[in-house]
Amino acid sequence: MSGNVLFDAPGPRTIARHRVYTGITLLAILGLVLLIVGKLNETGQLEYAKWEPFVTPDYVRVLLVDGLLKTLEMAFFAIIFAVVVGLALGVGKLSEHRWIRLPSFLVVEFFRAIPVLLLMIFIFYMLSVGDGPLSSFWCVVLALTLYNGSVLAEVFRAGVNAVPHGQVEAAYALGLRKTQVMTIIQLPQAVKIMLPAVVSQCVVALKDTTLGVYILAPGLTFISKQIYLQFFNQVPTAIVVAALFIACNLILTWIAHMLQRRLTGEKSAPAVPTGDGAGAGTF
Amino acid sequence: MDAVFSNFDEYLKAFGLTIGLFVVSSILSLVLGVFLAALRVGPVGIMRKAATVYIGIFRNTPLVIIFIFMAVAAPKLGYNFKFIEDWEVGGYHVSSFFFRSCLALTLYTAAFVCEAFRSGVNAVPLGQAEAARAIGLTFAKSMRLVVLPQALRAVVPPLTSVQVALLKNTSVAAAFGIAEATATMHALTNDNADQRPGIFLSFAVGYIILVEVLTLSSYVIERRWRVA
Repeated sequence: MSGNVLFDAPGPRTIARHRVYTGITLLAILGLVLLIVGKLNETGQLEYAKWEPFVTPDYVRVLLVDGLLKTLEMAFFAIIFAVVVGLALGVGKLSEHRWIRLPSFLVVEFFRAIPVLLLMIFIFYMLSVGDGPLSSFWCVVLALTLYNGSVLAEVFRAGVNAVPHGQVEAAYALGLRKTQVMTIIQLPQAVKIMLPAVVSQCVVALKDTTLGVYILAPGLTFISKQIYLQFFNQVPTAIVVAALFIACNLILTWIAHMLQRRLTGEKSAPAVPTGDGAGAGTF
Repeated sequence: MDAVFSNFDEYLKAFGLTIGLFVVSSILSLVLGVFLAALRVGPVGIMRKAATVYIGIFRNTPLVIIFIFMAVAAPKLGYNFKFIEDWEVGGYHVSSFFFRSCLALTLYTAAFVCEAFRSGVNAVPLGQAEAARAIGLTFAKSMRLVVLPQALRAVVPPLTSVQVALLKNTSVAAAFGIAEATATMHALTNDNADQRPGIFLSFAVGYIILVEVLTLSSYVIERRWRVA
């Protein structure tokens, strides 16, 4: 619902009032910025020494290669595995056989309801502490895979169910098998529907990699902790790391936006096929 | 399992702290989130932009980083919220760690609460607002009588998932020295190497019960508010 239905076109008095609101808001924002900068300045957080590690090539390299890259790697593996697990569980939840449906349901509900950190600590103690087979890096990946996989299972299930039922009936009428209906009719159409949810889950996974700091996994947070313990520049470090994460997530969201426009762009083409339109044959 | 049952009061106390974190930050984040949502659907451009920037920042920053801001960086700026320790609630003193954790959870969750409310307002069909305007209701009246009652119903499901996420996110406080459920599970796991799966399961069950209570109560509210 767009807001402009709710108001009349503003008259002169309303416009004047909105100007006053705009002024007050601007003053409040300015005041907040001044307060923050003033506080940073007062407590000496803006001194060069506190920011030095972020302009020193060696530290920047450590921050980006050992920090950001490891975090991205972790998120990448977690997402790839989570999509596979989610697909399996999601299709499992849609199965006609109760002995597949019930376990899938239980697994999904269990991993969705417990905090990732709890799971991560458990996996870390079971598989890594002492002479366990996994490094803490893979513990984080495993925990995130199980959690995000369960969330994605629900997304996949909803996406498949959102495909119009006539599509399935038509496919059966053509003589396709159950598996064929799922793989060549339902899933390809469901992907378009669920793409936004999958990408927002990618953002969640990227953010959740930071939990790895609790089990001493490598990554941006781990590196930043070492930096601020060495230079005692907690505030600048937190600002830099937050900025890096925000940039990554915004890029991810932007890619998703482009991808979605690409994939569903055909849908905004005229509903009546014109015959020569790019999207004419793709429905 | 023995480790949990012989320390059962500790188990309950840990979940009590989890619930405390959840309730306080849930209420605060609802207040802040509704305020942000009001800014976001309002007519003043700069307010909309300010709210959008807030959401862009806090939705894309990991909760752990916000915790680092609150628990590690804020004291360096002189904000340690020690004054909170003079307060007394029901015979307990509130620790400044607890308050700062709630603050971090609130700032983070408010962005999601705002988005839930906005999607709720957006879910009201356009025709409703048009009809309200057509019969001559003012902006305030059409909001109060037509749009918001319907938006409130539509907002229950997304708001529930935000609250469930908040409940699970309280576990992050474990990394910053709050002895809530996850931290207690960690401590017990550390001390009882032979009972790790049992300890994990009993804490998982605690969380699952809390999540189910939340989900069921939202279901009840949804049923009760449903119009014919």
